[in-house]
This record gives sequence, structure tokens and C-alpha cells, in this order.
Amino acid sequence: MANSTAGKIKTANTAPEGNAMLVVAPALGWLIPGAGHIIQRRWIRGLLLLLSITSLFVLGLMMQGRIYRPNGGDILDMLGFIGDIGAGGWYIVTRAMDWGQGAIAHATADYGTKFMIVAGLLNLIAVADAYHIAIGKKS
Amino acid sequence: MTLQLGHFSAAFVFALFASIVFAITHRQGTREMVSYGLYCFAMFLGGVLVAGWAMWLLRR
Repeated sequence: MANSTAGKIKTANTAPEGNAMLVVAPALGWLIPGAGHIIQRRWIRGLLLLLSITSLFVLGLMMQGRIYRPNGGDILDMLGFIGDIGAGGWYIVTRAMDWGQGAIAHATADYGTKFMIVAGLLNLIAVADAYHIAIGKKS
Repeated sequence: MTLQLGHFSAAFVFALFASIVFAITHRQGTREMVSYGLYCFAMFLGGVLVAGWAMWLLRR
């Protein structure tokens, strides 16, 4: 039983650089969407993730979507912040430039807000995928 | 720069990018990724159309 489980989950690298990749790939993937795949030479997958997540986030901003700040109020606001922060570098840049601070005055702005939250959540899935590649669970 | 997207356009863009990420992260192998991505995209847009018609029927 233990042997079969160990056989399914083979470790990709036991070298020091392989161990570093377990941390570097997810961290870089969070900061720059798709970078966790690119650094592991999954070029096309990484570029497609970068294009998709970045496009969704930027379109959300262009639609006058609102970015959530850290808060301890309404549960939906807290969940919105968790979703937004998943976008990593894009969240940091947006907060630094003070973008996405307008009131949600129309339906398009509400869609934009959801686009940015979903972009962050999709990036978290991509980060988990980069980690699975790093540990050898996925090719 | 402001962008105004209609309901269906927004749903289309959302479905396209979400399907690409789902395909890459949930499947292994190029063929499986492409087929799963197309499946997700069809389900997203199909769901939008079904929900739209359901709301139209409920409103009548």
C-alpha cells in the first residue's frame, strides 16, 4: 500500500535546486501569474496562464471594478480581499497606483470587480499546479 | 481608459479565460487539456444561455 502510494507520487528532484523549486515556483507564480510554470520550462502553459489571468484582471480594472483592501467588516468584503490578493503582483501594483478605488455605479463595474476576484482565485489554482509540477505529481 | 462590456460579452470573455486556466491546471497532456478546455467553455456559455432563458420564462 505504502509502496504503491509512493510510486504514484514520485519526487521530481532530490537535488538542492529541486528543493528550492518547491518554494520558488509557487512564490514566483503568485507574484507573476504563470511564472511558476515558466521557471520549470513549461513555456506554453506558463504564457497561456499569464495571458489569461492578466487579461482577466486588467479587463476588470478597465471595467471600473473595485479592488478590496484588508478589512474586518462584512464577510463578503473579506472574501473579496482574499480573492483579490491571489493576483499577487497585480494586486500590489493596483494598490500602489491607487487604481480600482471607484464606487460600483453600474453593472459593468460589478462585473469588473468579479473579474479581478476570479483572476486572483485562478492564480491560486495556477500556483497549486506549479507546486504539483515541482514535487513531480504532475508532468 | 474605460471599457463597457455587455452581459454576453462579459460572460464570453470570462468563460474563455477561466476555461484556459481550468484546462491547464486540471488535466495532463495536450489533447486532454484542449478537450477539457472546450468542454468547460461550452458549459460556461451553455449555463449562461440556459440561465438567461430560465429568467426570461420566470419573468413572464
